[in-house]
Amino acid sequence: MKRLSALVGLLVSIGMLVAVPASAQDARVEAAKKEGKVVWYTSLALPTAEKIGKLFEAAYPGIKVEVQRTGSQRILQRVMQEMQANLKLVDVIHTSDAGHFVLLKEKKLLMKYSPAGIDAFPAGFKDKDGYYFTLRATVNVIAYNTKLVPAAEAPKGWKDLLDPKWRGKMVTAHPGYSGVISTHVLALVQLYGWDYFKQLAQNKLMLVQSAVDPAGVVASGERQVAVDGGDYYYYQMKKKGNPIEVVYPKEGVPLVISPSAIASFAPHPNAAKLFTDFTFTRELQQVMADSEGLYTGHPEVKYPADKPKLSDLKLLTVDPEELERRNEEIKSRFVEFFGA
Amino acid sequence: MSLARLQGLDRSLPVWVVSALALVLLMALPIGWIASLSVSGESGPTFAHYRRVFADPALQKALWNTIVLAFWVGLASIALGAPLAWLTARADIPGRGVIRGLVMASFVTPPFLGAFAWVMLAGPNAGLLNKIWRGVSGSDEALFNIFSMPGLVFVVTIYTFPYVYIMIANTLALIASDLEEAAAILGAGRLTVARTVTLPMAAPALLSGFILSVLQALALFGSPAILSLPAGFHTITTQIWTFFHFPPKTEMAAAFSMPLLLATALLLLVQKRLLGRRGYAAVGGKGGQRRTISLGPWRWPAFAAVMAVMACPIFLPYAVLAKASLSRAWAQPLSWDNFTLANFSFTFFEYSATQAAIVNTLELGVMTACVGAGLVTVLSYVTSRRLIVGHQLVAFLALAPVVIPGVVLAVGLFIAYTRPPLLLYGTLWILFIAYLTKEMPVGYAQSDTTFRAIPPELEDAGRILGGGRLRVLRDITAPLARSGVIAAWCFIFIGVIRELSASIILFTPATKVMSVVIFDLKEEGQFGAIAVLGLVMLVMTFATVALVQRVLGRDFLGARE
Repeated sequence: MKRLSALVGLLVSIGMLVAVPASAQDARVEAAKKEGKVVWYTSLALPTAEKIGKLFEAAYPGIKVEVQRTGSQRILQRVMQEMQANLKLVDVIHTSDAGHFVLLKEKKLLMKYSPAGIDAFPAGFKDKDGYYFTLRATVNVIAYNTKLVPAAEAPKGWKDLLDPKWRGKMVTAHPGYSGVISTHVLALVQLYGWDYFKQLAQNKLMLVQSAVDPAGVVASGERQVAVDGGDYYYYQMKKKGNPIEVVYPKEGVPLVISPSAIASFAPHPNAAKLFTDFTFTRELQQVMADSEGLYTGHPEVKYPADKPKLSDLKLLTVDPEELERRNEEIKSRFVEFFGA
Repeated sequence: MSLARLQGLDRSLPVWVVSALALVLLMALPIGWIASLSVSGESGPTFAHYRRVFADPALQKALWNTIVLAFWVGLASIALGAPLAWLTARADIPGRGVIRGLVMASFVTPPFLGAFAWVMLAGPNAGLLNKIWRGVSGSDEALFNIFSMPGLVFVVTIYTFPYVYIMIANTLALIASDLEEAAAILGAGRLTVARTVTLPMAAPALLSGFILSVLQALALFGSPAILSLPAGFHTITTQIWTFFHFPPKTEMAAAFSMPLLLATALLLLVQKRLLGRRGYAAVGGKGGQRRTISLGPWRWPAFAAVMAVMACPIFLPYAVLAKASLSRAWAQPLSWDNFTLANFSFTFFEYSATQAAIVNTLELGVMTACVGAGLVTVLSYVTSRRLIVGHQLVAFLALAPVVIPGVVLAVGLFIAYTRPPLLLYGTLWILFIAYLTKEMPVGYAQSDTTFRAIPPELEDAGRILGGGRLRVLRDITAPLARSGVIAAWCFIFIGVIRELSASIILFTPATKVMSVVIFDLKEEGQFGAIAVLGLVMLVMTFATVALVQRVLGRDFLGARE
C-alpha cells in the first residue's frame, strides 16, 4: 500500500509535466471533472484493470473509472450491440484483437486522438491515421504445472503439444472470447495451417474462455499444460508462488498487440482523453511492465530481469486487417474442431 | 337491467384493458418478434434461417444434447425425488422437518452456483472429491468428471428434483390409506400394495414431476455454460447465447428458439391434460387416515442415506464455496498459509462492478416483486371470485409465460426493445419486464392458492351486512390474504435475484446484475470473487426464505408440518 501511494504521488507530479502546457491541462482536468467519470471497456485481466483504474482515481480525484472488464470479443459485441440500439455508453475501448480497431475505424466509431508522448513509440504500435495506439503487448506461450510435469518432459514447441501423451491433460482458451487467443490462432494458422488445430483437438482439450484462465487451470492442477495464453498472467501467477513454468517456443511466439482508442461518441470525451494520456505515460507503462509482466511500446520502460526481452524472442506477428477479415473464420473453424 | 349491465361492464373493463395491454407488452410482443424475425429475409418471408439452423450438424448436435440432458434429468429427478417424498410423507424416518428444509434449500439454490461449486468438487484432476478418491484408492483415474454429459445431468438433477418431490409429497399426502390397507388385508405384501395401489394413484403426479423437471433442464443456461462448454459441447440455450456474439445472428437465434418454445408448450399441454384427467376419487379426498409406515430398524440408515444424498446439492457445494472464499488458491487445502480475506476485500472494495450489481439486483428484485405481487393479487382475486367475463382466459394468460424459457424470452425482448417505439435496451426496464414475465406464473399460482383458501362466504356476509365491495376487500379479504401476498412477493424476489438466462442477453454494463457479474468472473476464472458473491446471493435468498416461513407459518413446499 505504501508503494502504491508513493507511486500515486509520483504520478500526480508527472501528470503536471506531460507535454500539454499547464494551463491547458488544468482546463482539461476541470472539464473532465465535470464529466465525473470515464467508462473503460477493457480486456486486461480484472485485477490489473482495477489497479489502473484506482491509480487514475488517485491521480485525478473526482473522476471515477468505471471498469467494464470482459473478453475482447465480448467487448466488440457490446460496442456493436449498443451502437445498434443507439446507446452511447463507452468512452475508452481496449481489446487484444487489433482487427477490432480496423473494423471500428472503418465504421467511424473511433475518435482521432493521439495520446501525449506517443511519438516515441515504435511504428508497429501506432495506427498511421492516428485513431488507435497499442497500450500493451503480450506473447502467447505454453505453460505447465511444475508439480505435475518434470521440466525434462515439458513440451518445448507448439508441435510437441500434438503428442498423444498429452491427451486429456491440456487446456486452451477461446478465440470466440479472447483477442489474445484469436491473434494466437491466426499466427499459428499462418505458420502451420488449420491442420495444426485439427490435430491439437484430437488431444481432447479442456476449453476455457479468457486467456488468463488457463493460468488458473494449470496452477490448480486441473490440467497439466496450457497450450496458449498471455505470458503476463502466467508471470503474475508464478510470482505469487504458483507452480507454473512458462515455455517460449523457439519456432516463435505470437505477438499480441492490444490497442486502445476513444469512441467517437464518447459520453465523457475529456475524461477519456485524460485517462488515455494517463495510461500511455512512462510511469503507468512501467507499472504494467513491472508488476503485471506486460510488454509496452514505451522506449524508456525497463523490464524485470526474470522475463525475456521482446527483442530476445522470435515474434510471430499478424496483420490487423487480416485478423479483422478472418475473424469469423477463426471462430467458426475453432468451434468446428474443438466442439464449442 | 341495462344499467346493471353497464355497471358490470364498467367494473370489468379497466381490468380487461390493463391485463390485455400488460399481456401484449409481456408476451405477444417478444414472441411475435421472434416468430417474424425467424422468417424475415432480405427480400420477403423466407425459411432460410430454419433451413440453416436445422441443416447445420453442430446445431443438430446441440439440439440432441438438450434432448439427452432433459430426458435424463427428468428420470433422475424422479429417481431422487419420489423416494424422498415417500420417506417424508409416509414413512417414520427421523428428522422429517430437517429433510424438508434441505430439499427446500436445494430448491432455492441458484443452479449456476451449484454448477460452479461442483467444478471445484469434481473437476477431474483438481476437484477435491477426486483428489480424495485418488488418495484413498491409489488410482490415477478420476472418480467423476463433472465436465461431461453425466456430470451436467447430475448437477442439474440435484437442483431440479425438488419439483418432483413437491408433486409427489403433496399427492401422497392426499391419498388416503384405506385402499392400501384394504389391499393389505386382502393379503397383499408391502411391495404388492405399493405396486398395485400407491404407484398407480401417484402416477399422474410422477409424470407431471417428470415433465416439470424436463422443462427446467430445457430452459437452463448457467449450468450447461459452466459444465458443457469446457467439455466442448453445446446445448440449445448456450447455442442461442453464442448467436449473439459478434457478428450477431439474431435471425438464427430466433429460428433456433422456436423448437425450444414449441417443446415447452407441448410438454405443458401434456402435463395439463394429465392433471386435468385425474378423476381418481381416492386422490384429493380429505378425511381418510394416512397411515405412517414403520421403517423399523431401517429408520436411521434411511436417514443417513438421505443426508448423504443431500450433501450433493447442499453440504458439499456450500462448504466448498465458503472454503474458496477464504483461500488464496481454491484447490489447495485451507491451511494458515492459504487463508486470506483478500477475496472479500477485492470483491467489495476493489472490484468496481460489485456494488452497482448488488444495487441493481436489489432494485430489480424489490421492484419486480412489488409490481408482480400487486398484479398477481388483482388477477387472482378477479379470477377466483369470477368477477369478470372470461376470467378463465385471464388465468390462462397469467400462467402462459411458463412456456417461454428465459433465453427465448430474452431474444424476443431484445429484438422488441432495441428498436422504436420502445427503446428499453440499456435500461433496467427491459430486465424488469423480463423478470416480471418470467415470475408471473409462480406468483399467480401462489396468489391463487391464497384466495381459494379464503371462503367467499366471509365476503358475502360482509356484503349482506351492508359493506361495499371495497370495504369488504379492505376489512375482510385483505387481512386474510396478507400473508399470501407477502409469500408471492418473496417467491418473485427469490426468482429475480437468481435469474441468469435472460439477464445474460439483456444486460448492458450499467445494468449488470449479480448473476451476470458472477458469470463474467467465471469466464475469467476468478474463483475467489465468485465464491464471495455466491455467498452474498445465498444469504439474500435465505433471508427471504426465512421471511416466508415466518409469514406463512409453514415451509415453502406447500404442506404443513
